[in-house]
Amino acid sequence: MIDLILPAIISCILAFFVVYFTTPPLIKILTKKNYVVKDMNKKENVMVARPGGISIILGIVVSEIVLYGFFQLNEILAIIITTTAAFVIGYVDDRKVMGGWFKPVTLAIAALPIIFLGVYDSDLAFPLFGDVQIPLLYLGLIVFMIPITGNTINSIDVLNGVASGFMIIASFTLSICLFILQNYEIAIISLPLGFVSLAFYKYHKIPSKIFPGDSGALTFGAMYGVIAIIGGVEIIAAIALLPAVINSFLFLSSVKRVVEHRQIKGKPVEHTDDFKLKATNEKTAPITLVRLILAGGPLTEKQVGFAIFKLAIFSSALAIITAFMMAVSL
Amino acid sequence: MKFGLYGFLFAMWGLIIIGGGIMVVLLGPFTIQQFGNFHWIIASGIKVAIALILVVIWILILSKLKNWIFKKELNS
Repeated sequence: MIDLILPAIISCILAFFVVYFTTPPLIKILTKKNYVVKDMNKKENVMVARPGGISIILGIVVSEIVLYGFFQLNEILAIIITTTAAFVIGYVDDRKVMGGWFKPVTLAIAALPIIFLGVYDSDLAFPLFGDVQIPLLYLGLIVFMIPITGNTINSIDVLNGVASGFMIIASFTLSICLFILQNYEIAIISLPLGFVSLAFYKYHKIPSKIFPGDSGALTFGAMYGVIAIIGGVEIIAAIALLPAVINSFLFLSSVKRVVEHRQIKGKPVEHTDDFKLKATNEKTAPITLVRLILAGGPLTEKQVGFAIFKLAIFSSALAIITAFMMAVSL
Repeated sequence: MKFGLYGFLFAMWGLIIIGGGIMVVLLGPFTIQQFGNFHWIIASGIKVAIALILVVIWILILSKLKNWIFKKELNS
């Protein structure tokens, strides 16, 4: 255990400060190149740099390479390869408008290194009841898991600071659960995700100076998915991610097909005169988490963000309870 | 609306635990011996089919639950 402390500290410091120091120059470069988008929830014509995925992937890759120097685990290679592939997929989508099929299919391919490197355990662990062996089904689960976690985080990236703030809560929860389950090496490997999210949140929080873009959101989601698989904490990871899962579930159950957000006709949310967010009454608009939060009345962007964070903390508490329940057998 | 969302989260958590129980207790030990060397492939196929049916049932339950919770919340 003592041997693990030094790599953990070094990788966490690197993960945090690489993002902390590379994001400001990245904002300058993106702004200079006119890689900016309008912040739709601001009254004034505010333009925000995008994509911030570049500094996020840099922080992850640097910290994981350092960890590989200490541990030489294939699990770390799986994180680096799959997460980098997810970043590239997101970056392509940031630069060029791709069809609704593009991200799910390519992210499924990005998950293949997990299978080829053999860094998974096909026993799916459930709380109270123990494990179930699903060798064939588990391969399908790996291929589905990365597109699901990637797109789930991407779908919640709708307001200033929400994707990175949500990732801070969910990823640190996952690390805590891995420590509870005494899976120390994977717990340490997972820590950089939380620290990268924390550093990025400084620039992404309201008012955003940079947006993560698809490249950033998919990088967050893919790394989260890989950690869930290599740590054998798929169920706990899903529970910690429940508010974002609800968002995707509500969206899909109202739209009833896999579709890009930009292809949706009805607007789920509109602005009041004082530029608060307000749920619309449009029947063609999809039901989303933000729309449901706003059903009680208009709120500011910051208030909606904090409502999502409170839900994330609640589901994180459920995930930690679930981790303790893993040790109990009926 | 806030309590509705927390209730929905809690319900999803409960359904995940129950679903896990069904997977481990009923689906996990399920085996077939009559098909020679291919018995494990057929057993896996049946498990996949049952798992998919369970997922569909769970989604239907969640949809009903979502409508019930949020209609109740909006009427209050």
